[in-house]
Amino acid sequence: MILQEQGARLSGSVETKRPCASFGFTAIIRFVKKTVVIAELEARKLLHDPTELFTRAVQPTLWLLVFGQVFTRMRAIPTGDMRYIDFMAPGILAQCVLFVAIFYGIAVIWERDLGIVQKLLASPTPRTALVLGKALAAGVRCLTLGFFIYALCALLDVKFKWHPFALAGVLLVLLISAALFSTLSLIIACIVKSRERFMGIGQMITMPLFFTSNAIYPITIMPNWLKVLSHINPLTYQVDALRAMMLAGGASQYGLISDFCILIAATSLLVILGGWLYPRVAT
Amino acid sequence: MSDIVIETTSLTRCFGALTAVNSLTIQVKAGEVFGLLGPNGAGKSTLIKMLITLLPPTSGKARVCGFDIARASCDVRRFIGYVPQLLSADGSLTGYENLLVFAKLYDIPRSERAERIRLALNLMGLADAADKLVRTYSGGMIRRLEIAQSTLHHPSILFLDEPTVGLDPVARKAVWELIERLRTDFGTTIFLTTHFMEEADSMCSRVAIMHLGNVVNVGAPADLKASLGDENATLDDVFVHYAGNSLDSGGTFRDTSRTRRTAQRLG
Repeated sequence: MILQEQGARLSGSVETKRPCASFGFTAIIRFVKKTVVIAELEARKLLHDPTELFTRAVQPTLWLLVFGQVFTRMRAIPTGDMRYIDFMAPGILAQCVLFVAIFYGIAVIWERDLGIVQKLLASPTPRTALVLGKALAAGVRCLTLGFFIYALCALLDVKFKWHPFALAGVLLVLLISAALFSTLSLIIACIVKSRERFMGIGQMITMPLFFTSNAIYPITIMPNWLKVLSHINPLTYQVDALRAMMLAGGASQYGLISDFCILIAATSLLVILGGWLYPRVAT
Repeated sequence: MSDIVIETTSLTRCFGALTAVNSLTIQVKAGEVFGLLGPNGAGKSTLIKMLITLLPPTSGKARVCGFDIARASCDVRRFIGYVPQLLSADGSLTGYENLLVFAKLYDIPRSERAERIRLALNLMGLADAADKLVRTYSGGMIRRLEIAQSTLHHPSILFLDEPTVGLDPVARKAVWELIERLRTDFGTTIFLTTHFMEEADSMCSRVAIMHLGNVVNVGAPADLKASLGDENATLDDVFVHYAGNSLDSGGTFRDTSRTRRTAQRLG
């Protein structure tokens, strides 16, 4: 009892009246605030050193300029009335998000070796807010690349939908899918805890995720076993939603609502799992 | 009754077959500088990690600032500050940004934030370097910034894991002056681990010597020295007496690599 009183007395001007474990509106506001602070921290780092964004832009440029243009001329992949370069543009944007997000976890291992993770964990920040904040920050990185890819595709005469709702939808899909794959990456980092093992696993899963999706060819031409894999791959739903909202004349195969539901549900599950695993990284 | 801010009861942590902290019972009073001494691998860091709620205990209990570390971990975290042994300031942000982020994480009201950060920067002698990237700072500056980060919210207890490792004598002295000032100005209780016996001797009000997961002795440095029965005894002698002088000590590969890396980055 004495200790309890003392705790309150020593608190000074820190907001201590509200207990941490409270639920409801205040707790939600605090959670959102902390999430934004973590995202802000990452965004500030990016502002100080944006080199990464330029190097990240090289790969999608190659895919669009080389692979895209060659396959558009060959007409080897049946995409109906749509030009192949139009068909693949959303796929390459999705790939860009995947590649940025999937290696995001390595930063956590780096921060763990430095001691930053330990200090964040010792602050009164909910674990899930730490994870979601990082996920949001990955989204911010992806958005900047999104602008670049839109500009490049516009030069290649890809026919876009410019309706504000469509653009807002694309923005939202980018944020959610970046959160999804970066949290997956963070979970892997929390389990393996070493950079070497992380890089191995990262390399191992990116290409299968990419090639078992509908990013660069339609699902209709896939063999049955690949179709099954494609349907359990979240990247497929991301590309489906992007194709519907980015392209003039684009349509969703699974319905935008199911695409969003699947992406949001998968992200929420991963964030909860990540919040549970995140403290493990410090031990 | 004096104010007890840390109280552990049979606190134990095992990693598989290894018992890192073995049924530990200690009390720390408000306003003390409490030093935890012991060879690498004695269980010091594990104990700190449990007290700051980074690691759940296997068994036993502990209360920090009146809150149970297992049941009210978030409340514990609001009242404490922690400076890890590793370098925890973010090199890719400026000193000001490092402080700003932590001010927000510790719920310091917006109206007080700027003033608190300004005061902290002045106190730590970092006002001129506030807008420079931390990666350009010297080791001593980084340590001072980290202490500023962890004390912005005026914690009741500040946990410091090897605060002076890798620092040159001038920087080390500055850190100690700062710790003393926090204690006198804010009444902050300091809980720290160190390898430097002379530091522990001059700065700590009480020290506990840990060996193989147990606290083998605890008391004021003067009392511990007196307990050896040799009037010229130093705290080094006390340490060797209780913790042994075996060449086997010195920690695991990982401990050593971590300490050397920190020293290298600070140097």
